[in-house]
Amino acid sequence: MRMIIDGRVVTAEKGRTILEVARENGFDIPSLCYHAGVESWGGCRLCLVEISKTSRPDRSELVVSCIYEAEDGLSIKTASPKVIEARRDVLEMLMARAPESAVVRELGYKYGIIETAYVKRENADKCIMCGICTRVCEVMGPAAITLAGRGGERVVTPPYGEAEDCIGCLACAQSCPTGAIEFSETPDERSIWGRTFKRMRCKLCNAPMLPKEQVNFVANKSGLSPLYFEVCDSCRKKQSAKTFARLVS
Amino acid sequence: MPISSQNELQTRRSAAEKSFRSARRRVMICAGTGCVANGALEVYDELLKAITDAGLPVIVELNSHDDKKKPKAHDYLAKSGCHGFCQIGPLLHIMPDDILYCRVKTRDVAEIVAETLTKGAVIEKLLYKDPNSKERRKGRADIPFYAGQTRIALKRCGEIDPESLNAYLADGGFAALEKALFEMTPEKVVKEVEDSGIRGRGGAGFPAGRKWRTCIEAAGDVRYVICNGDEGDPGAFMDRSIMEGDPYAVLEGLMLTAYAVGAKQGYIYVRHEYPLAVQRLTKAIAVLHTEGLLGKNILGSGFDFDIQINRGGGAFVCGESTALMRSIEGKVGEPRAKYVRSVVRGLFDKPTVLNNVETLVCIPGIVKDGGKTFKKIGTKNSSGTKAFSLVGKVKNTGLVEVPMGTSLRKIIFELGGGIIKDRPFKAVQTGGPSGGCLPSSKLDLAVDFDSLTAAGSMMGSGGMIVMDDRTCMVDVARYFIEFLVGESCGKCNPCREGLKQMLAILTRICKGNGVPEDIARIERLCDTLENASLCALGKSAANPVRSTLQYFKDEYEAHINEKRCPGGVCRELIRFDITDKCIGCTACAKQCPTAAITGERKKLHVIDQEKCIRCGSCVTACPSDAIDIT
Repeated sequence: MRMIIDGRVVTAEKGRTILEVARENGFDIPSLCYHAGVESWGGCRLCLVEISKTSRPDRSELVVSCIYEAEDGLSIKTASPKVIEARRDVLEMLMARAPESAVVRELGYKYGIIETAYVKRENADKCIMCGICTRVCEVMGPAAITLAGRGGERVVTPPYGEAEDCIGCLACAQSCPTGAIEFSETPDERSIWGRTFKRMRCKLCNAPMLPKEQVNFVANKSGLSPLYFEVCDSCRKKQSAKTFARLVS
Repeated sequence: MPISSQNELQTRRSAAEKSFRSARRRVMICAGTGCVANGALEVYDELLKAITDAGLPVIVELNSHDDKKKPKAHDYLAKSGCHGFCQIGPLLHIMPDDILYCRVKTRDVAEIVAETLTKGAVIEKLLYKDPNSKERRKGRADIPFYAGQTRIALKRCGEIDPESLNAYLADGGFAALEKALFEMTPEKVVKEVEDSGIRGRGGAGFPAGRKWRTCIEAAGDVRYVICNGDEGDPGAFMDRSIMEGDPYAVLEGLMLTAYAVGAKQGYIYVRHEYPLAVQRLTKAIAVLHTEGLLGKNILGSGFDFDIQINRGGGAFVCGESTALMRSIEGKVGEPRAKYVRSVVRGLFDKPTVLNNVETLVCIPGIVKDGGKTFKKIGTKNSSGTKAFSLVGKVKNTGLVEVPMGTSLRKIIFELGGGIIKDRPFKAVQTGGPSGGCLPSSKLDLAVDFDSLTAAGSMMGSGGMIVMDDRTCMVDVARYFIEFLVGESCGKCNPCREGLKQMLAILTRICKGNGVPEDIARIERLCDTLENASLCALGKSAANPVRSTLQYFKDEYEAHINEKRCPGGVCRELIRFDITDKCIGCTACAKQCPTAAITGERKKLHVIDQEKCIRCGSCVTACPSDAIDIT
C-alpha cells in the first residue's frame, strides 16, 4: 500500500505502524516510550502525527504513530503546526517533570525550549513514566516491577516495594531512555531495586557471569540445564570449537 | 420449579399481575441508599408490625402462583428502589391514592396506620411543602419535581420491590425478552434499537444501534456484552438508583443486547462503593438462575446466556471502556491507546458491546413497544429521555428524568423550584468533571447531546450542578481539575503532567498570585489536553476550564488583575463586612471561631479584619443577610 508522508509517497506493508514506516524512510519522529522490543503503549505522545484519510481529506486528527497502523492512501504530516505545538508543550511538561534528564532537555532544545515555564517537580528524579522498564520486565518474564498509583503519584516500583521476583537481569535499567533506574554492577555483584545479586563465575576461566537467580529463571523458561550456564559464553564457544575440530580431524 | 417455556412465563406473570391488582393499596417505602441511611428500614419494620398489630390484612410479596380463589381485600407493603427525591426522605408513597409522605420517622408510623391505612385520611404534616408557595402537596401529581418528569429509565424506580421477580413480572417484566426470543430474529431486535435512535447515556452519546451493528459485523464467533455501572461522576447517581431500584430491567436489557449481537457471556461492572447495587444485582442474577431465566436454553428457546458481576475499585478512569475492559481482564485499569474500536476488538480481544446502565434499562421498552415509539420522545438527533442528578444551589435536589430537548430553565426553575434563598442564578455545570459551566444566557437551551456540546459543555452521564452568584467560577474550574488530577491514571503525559500544571496555575490565580500571561498558558494547556491526550478523560479534561474561560473570563481577570474574587469564595481575596442590615442579634458573634466580631445587642456589629479568618460562619449564621463579601 502507499501513503504520503510530508508530501512524499512511501510504500508500506500491512500491519506496520506509521512510526516504523516513517523512520525507515528517513523521517524524524521523536519518541520516548517506544521500544522496538516491546508492545507499543502510546503514553509519551511525542510521536504524534497529523493524519487525514482519502475518504475525508478535509478532516485531520492527531494520532500516535507508534500504534496507528499503515493504511492505503493515508496522508501523514510529521511536523504540522498542530503536531509541533502539541509536541513542544508535552516536552515542556517533561522538562518540568524531569529537569535533570539530559535526553529530555536535548529534545526540548531541539524544539526551541530553553527553559520550561511550568512548575518543576520537587525532588525530581529522571523518570518520565514511559513504562518501558515495566513492559521489558513483563516480556522478560518475571514482571517484578510495576506502575503503582495514579496520576502524578504514579511510580515504578516492585509490588509493595519488595522486589522478590527480580532476577537481577538489569534489562529495565538498560532500556530506560533517561537512565532513571539506579543500579550498580561489579564483577562480584549486581544491585538493583534494593536487592543485591551475587554473580556466578565461569567454571573454566573465572569470568563474572549472570546472577544465579537469572540463570535459574532462564534455565527454567528455556528448558536448558543449569549446567549449560556454568561456563561463560566464550569458554563454551572454545569448547565447541575444540569438539568440532576433534570431530573433523 | 424453573420457568422453562414461554407458556410458563405467561402463567407466572398473570399470577403476579393478579396478586398486584388485588391489593387495595400499595404502600411503597423507599429503600434506596439515601432513605436507608435516614432510617427507612426501621420505618418499614415498624410499619409492618403496626399494620399486623392493627389487624389489617397485608401482604409483603406478590404471589407466584394463582390459587384461583378470590383474594380478600388487603394492602401490599414493600420496600422500593430510589424515588429520586432523596432530599426529603425517607419517602413513603401510597398508591393508587397517590399520597406521598416525606421525612417519615418511626414515630409517625402509628398515625399513618390509624389515619391513612385505616380511615383513608391524609396526614397533612407529612406532606411535601412547596418551597415557593409554602403549600402542602398531596401526591406526586401535585409536586412539580415529579409532575414535570417523563420517566422511562427510572420508570420502576420507587414503584416496585426491586428484589422481587414477581413484582417485575407484574409490571411487564421479561415481556420484551419473551417477544425477542419467540417472535423476533436478532436482526429484528437490532433494527428496533437502530430505529429508536437511542444514544449511549454513559457520556459519549454514540448511537447504540450502530454500535451493535458494528459488533455483529466484526469477525469472530465469540462476543461479549458489558453493562457499564462504573458511575464515577461526583454527584451523579442515576445508574446506582437504576441498579438498586430496577435490577431485573438492567439484566433484561443486557440479555436482549446479548441476544441481538450473539453473545453468550455478559459482565456487569459495578463500583465497589455501590454495595446495595451489587447486592441487588447479585440476588437478581441468582434468582434468574434458579428460575431458569439465565443459563442454558432460556425459556426453551435455545438461547444460552450468563452474567457475571465484576466490582470496580472506584477509579474514575475505569468508566472509560478500554480501561474497564482491562480491569475485567484482571489487569491494571488504564486506557489502551487504540485505533481499533473495542466493539471490534474489546474484552479479551473479542468484539464487545459496552453500554451504560441507563441505556440498557431502556432496551426492554424499545424492543417491546418498538423503536419508533421511543423515537417520538425527545429531539431529532437525541431521542428518548435523560435522567439528571439535579444538585447544588437549587431548592429541590434529586433525580429527574425529562425528555431530551427540555430547557435548562424548566429543569432548574420548575422541577428544581429555583435557586435556594432566591439568589441570582450564575451557572449550571453539566456533564460531570469533564463537562462545562453554562451561564444564564444559556438557560433556554434545549438540552440534548448536541446542543450541550455546541455550547461548550456536554451531556456526560447527566450530572447537573446549579450555582448561584456566590460561586467563584475560577474556583469551580480549579475544583474539577483537582478531581481529575487525582483520577488521571498517569499513563499519558498531557493528562498526568498537564493537569498538574493546570491545577498549579488555577490555584495561584485563586490565591491572588496569578499573572496576566496565565490565561494564555491555560489556553495552551487546554489545546494540548484536547489534542494530545490518550483517552477521553484527558481529551475532555479541559472542558471545565475552557467553558469557564469562555463565559466567565471577567472573573479570571478580576482575580489576576484586581486581586478580587467576584463570587466571594477565594479566601485570600475576600473580606467580610457587616452592613447596616444588621439587626444586632449577636448570632454571628456567637458563631465566630476567632471572636473577631464585636457589638452590642440590637446594635450594628463590626468585624475585626485582623482577627477574621474568612471562614464564612457569620454569613451562615446571619438571619438578615447583613454580611457583605467583597
